[in-house]
Amino acid sequence: MEFPEDLRYSKEHEWVLVEGNVATVGITDYAQEQLGEIVYVELPEVGEKVSKEDAFGVVESVKTVSDVYAPVSGSVIEVNDDLPDNPEMLNDDPYGDGWMIKIEMSDPEELEDLMTAEEYERYVAELKE
Amino acid sequence: MTAEITVTKAAAHCEPERLARSPLHERHVALGARFVPFAGWEMPLQYRTITEEHLAVRQAAGLFDVSHMGEIELSGPGALATIQKVATNDAERLHSLQAQYSLLCLPSGGVIDDLLVYRLGPEYFLLCVNATNTSKDLQWLGEQASSQSAVVDRSREYALLALQGPRATEILAVVAGSKVVAIPRYGCVQLTLHGISALCSRSGYTGEDGWEIFCPWEFAGGIWDLLLEAGKPYGLLPAGLGARDTLRIEAGLPLYGHELDTNTTPVEAGLGWAVRCEKPDFVARAVLCEQKAKGVARKLVAILLTEPGIPRQGYPIVKNGEAVGVVTSGCKSPVLGAGIGLGYVANAEAKVGNRVHVQIRHRLVPATIVERPFVRRDG
Repeated sequence: MEFPEDLRYSKEHEWVLVEGNVATVGITDYAQEQLGEIVYVELPEVGEKVSKEDAFGVVESVKTVSDVYAPVSGSVIEVNDDLPDNPEMLNDDPYGDGWMIKIEMSDPEELEDLMTAEEYERYVAELKE
Repeated sequence: MTAEITVTKAAAHCEPERLARSPLHERHVALGARFVPFAGWEMPLQYRTITEEHLAVRQAAGLFDVSHMGEIELSGPGALATIQKVATNDAERLHSLQAQYSLLCLPSGGVIDDLLVYRLGPEYFLLCVNATNTSKDLQWLGEQASSQSAVVDRSREYALLALQGPRATEILAVVAGSKVVAIPRYGCVQLTLHGISALCSRSGYTGEDGWEIFCPWEFAGGIWDLLLEAGKPYGLLPAGLGARDTLRIEAGLPLYGHELDTNTTPVEAGLGWAVRCEKPDFVARAVLCEQKAKGVARKLVAILLTEPGIPRQGYPIVKNGEAVGVVTSGCKSPVLGAGIGLGYVANAEAKVGNRVHVQIRHRLVPATIVERPFVRRDG
């Protein structure tokens, strides 16, 4: 299971890649593995405002329906349009082709609430016990 | 991300430390199964992906461990009278070594359970019931049974394997001989598998040809290994409860706790064919036969989404902005690649071809009421 060092992680198993004031958001390797085969993805529209910890999208596997929560607040400036047609990208490449949205952050200080790779790896290990 | 497991309503009530395990548990672990709590049992959800296992059953064959199912023996001079009184179908039509789908109902017509009734002798029946309902069924049968019949729980003595798919009979023939080819649908035969006598019934829950194999609990492992090995050249895969659920939805088959419960009747569920009104008397006869004669207010239908989305249990079915029904089961069909579901709608909306919507979160997704099954097997 992968925990890339350059990302931050939420307790709800989203990851964030920060580039300037823009946060790219997706679900973690652990999340995709727990969900199993992902068959449907619902994403917000560009321009929508999201607040930290609000559901911004939905990921469905064969057997489960899961909300995906915004790890930071801001405006959605880009969505991964390929994802709804190819939801399996979330299983195949959760940190790459399976990215979900880009948020222009309104409060970058919120990033401090997120976990480092090391902290998240420990958190996942505890969940597995 | 927070996941809500929708495999079964019963799952939420399970306490992990008390889950029962099938005699094949260690084999499932060795095969890398992912487990799920189901009706008090820890059973394999999947070994590979649900879609792979689903397609193996549609194209070749799959082997399921369904040892969690309950087996109740009903025997004695009053056994036939008892089953005739409690079950809606007509067990008198059964010859020895034949099976029949039937239902146990409350006097109100609500379904206590759906089951397969096997007649193994003139005064000897085996009832295969849902794991969730086994104790409820035992209590009901105990209350209703005539003094000349005995009701015994054999659930922990029988393991149950389901070998399903277009190549299932060929695979069984490899280990048991070609006589199995001549056994008709719902016919049974005692076969020697791995040196052990097992009751094999040409039935199943996937919409495919296939076999359900009742064998002694302690010998299930040997028979499982034998079938997996024999089936390898035919493309047989072990398959879990995940695929079992998507297969039965594609086949339009009801599942207790979803399409059936004590608030629904067999007639509403489209199972009127298993309610035999020519039988002089049985529990719920008056209610069910009146429904068959006069019709019902709501009916179970099959819904095919015509745009992307997945109908799930509890989602409203909408017509002209008004809720006319509710989804009881749904998935993305691995064969059709579209969202499919079963659900109850008002009788007036139940016509095949009717265009409705399913409300999926904030969206109304267009759908059409279609014929069951969604996927029809060849031949």
